[in-house]
Amino acid sequence: MKMKKYTNTGNKDTRSGFGAGLTELGQKNENVVALCADLIGSLKMDDFKKNHPERFFQVGIAEANMMGIAAGMTIGGKIPFTGTFANFSTGRVYDQIRQSIAYSDKNVKICASHAGLTLGEDGATHQILEDIGLMKMLPGMVVINPCDYNQTKAATIAIADHHGPVYLRFGRPSVANFTPENGEFIIGKAILLNEGTDVTIVATGHLVWEAIIAAEKLEEKGISAEVINIHTIKPLDEEAILKSVAKTGCIVTAEEHNILGGLGESVARTLVSNNPIPQEFVAVNDSFGESGTPAQLMEKYGLNAEAIISAAEKAINRKQ
Amino acid sequence: MKPNTQQLQELTVQVRRDILRMVHAVNSGHPGGSLGCTEFLVTLYQHLMTRKEGFDMDGINEDVFFLSNGHISPVFYSVLARSGYFPVSELATFRLLNSRLQGHPTTHEGLPGIRMASGSLGQGLSVALGTAQVKKLNKDLNLVYTLHGDGELQEGQNWEAIMYASAKKVDNLIATVDVNGKQIDGTTDEVLYMGSLKAKFEAFGWDVLEIKEGNNIEAIVAGMTDAKSRTGKGKPVCVLLYTEMGNGVDFMMHTHAWHGKAPNDEQLANALAQNPVTLGDY
Repeated sequence: MKMKKYTNTGNKDTRSGFGAGLTELGQKNENVVALCADLIGSLKMDDFKKNHPERFFQVGIAEANMMGIAAGMTIGGKIPFTGTFANFSTGRVYDQIRQSIAYSDKNVKICASHAGLTLGEDGATHQILEDIGLMKMLPGMVVINPCDYNQTKAATIAIADHHGPVYLRFGRPSVANFTPENGEFIIGKAILLNEGTDVTIVATGHLVWEAIIAAEKLEEKGISAEVINIHTIKPLDEEAILKSVAKTGCIVTAEEHNILGGLGESVARTLVSNNPIPQEFVAVNDSFGESGTPAQLMEKYGLNAEAIISAAEKAINRKQ
Repeated sequence: MKPNTQQLQELTVQVRRDILRMVHAVNSGHPGGSLGCTEFLVTLYQHLMTRKEGFDMDGINEDVFFLSNGHISPVFYSVLARSGYFPVSELATFRLLNSRLQGHPTTHEGLPGIRMASGSLGQGLSVALGTAQVKKLNKDLNLVYTLHGDGELQEGQNWEAIMYASAKKVDNLIATVDVNGKQIDGTTDEVLYMGSLKAKFEAFGWDVLEIKEGNNIEAIVAGMTDAKSRTGKGKPVCVLLYTEMGNGVDFMMHTHAWHGKAPNDEQLANALAQNPVTLGDY
């Protein structure tokens, strides 16, 4: 079985996918409002602001207030999208999200850019690697980490139709754009990118493209890898994962996040309860990040195709 | 027809009885601040606010109220029940397992009248600002009211919200601060001296007025009517409501001891004797 071919149509940043999605939403849904805490340019919210000034709210450097205002804006029927860095969208405002948004069942979309190590040179103060864990622990919160520009745009548009709080995580660097333009985005539905028989690779966010590269290289070594793009970490598509591992018998999870609390742990919980098979984790090993280029950091912290390949080989070797 | 002062007074006494009986029944809850704000909330719901029949979350074409200091849930629940949002008999479920009347207010159990969970302090003003701005977007001319504790203003998020409110000219909002000068650990001056709240709000661009007799219904009506007349003029409006924590029960007044403590059987009997039944107990 030959590996399915994926083509990078040109590197683009996922945050621009968010900006494009928000622009489109602004045109087609008059209930969508947007809030930003002094990062309009970084979040690519300029277009929405320009086209819909009455529905755009510059909050200043006051993220706690922004989360509260967003919660209040749902009362009266609006669908607020908040924009700031992932660090300031989660850890800084956790209690505001917990009480005013999640526990209060508010229809707020928390849109978080510059997640993970690929923020790059700004360093660990801004490189949050704990956000998926923080957000997935909140009851009722949907957690989405799309993989490229096209998928981030599609996800941005899709979450407006989902009633309830959503955490949408994306990033700063330009990365491969390979999913279909205007592709369908179904919250909680994993996308099978490649069928394989020896190992399942489940990746999210920037690691999905690395997983495809890894699968191509594994194929050269005679190893058949099944690749799943798990853009939604909560609710997790357990059915897709279990179906795949029933065939392959081992799995690698890959994410730009701490090994604690991320996708890998969600997958492990599913496997332990249903089909305990060998799992290897490609994730940051419980540490903070540091300054560097995105590529340097992904290599140093073991988050690239090479790391996925060695994890896959290890997982296969552990099969009985 | 709006109730007159006498009727508001009778309701106030009944709400006090509800508060005392609710916290006594579960030996927990916050009677002190609840009693201090009874006149205010009774007057707000029964006399001041424009309210529709029934309850819907969006609150379009009516005034909306947010309780930021959620621990005074006993008074909030009693006033909501006695304003028709849910059966008065449900007050008997306060803080019990499977109740809609949680220790602190929540939307999570679907209790009519509640639009936002509160309890973790300092969040209510931000939420109210969002709703007030959406009222403007929706061309809804009704107002948003809030209530905050004075100790609660020690939470930094308030000052983000206070700054935002004037910068964005959110002038369809009346934020009331319950100035009782007390918090769990002692007087607000002892715990963290805040200086002049009036000067602080004014420095942040708010129109501030004071109700010196915050437990006097006529003073509340006069002060809040004044506050309403100041809305729509480009500035958010702040009311400093000077109250007595534990008001209406002599041994609960002039102390912070009853912030979060329930009376025992003997103390309840004493407190209820000071507040004879008016409309009937739940």
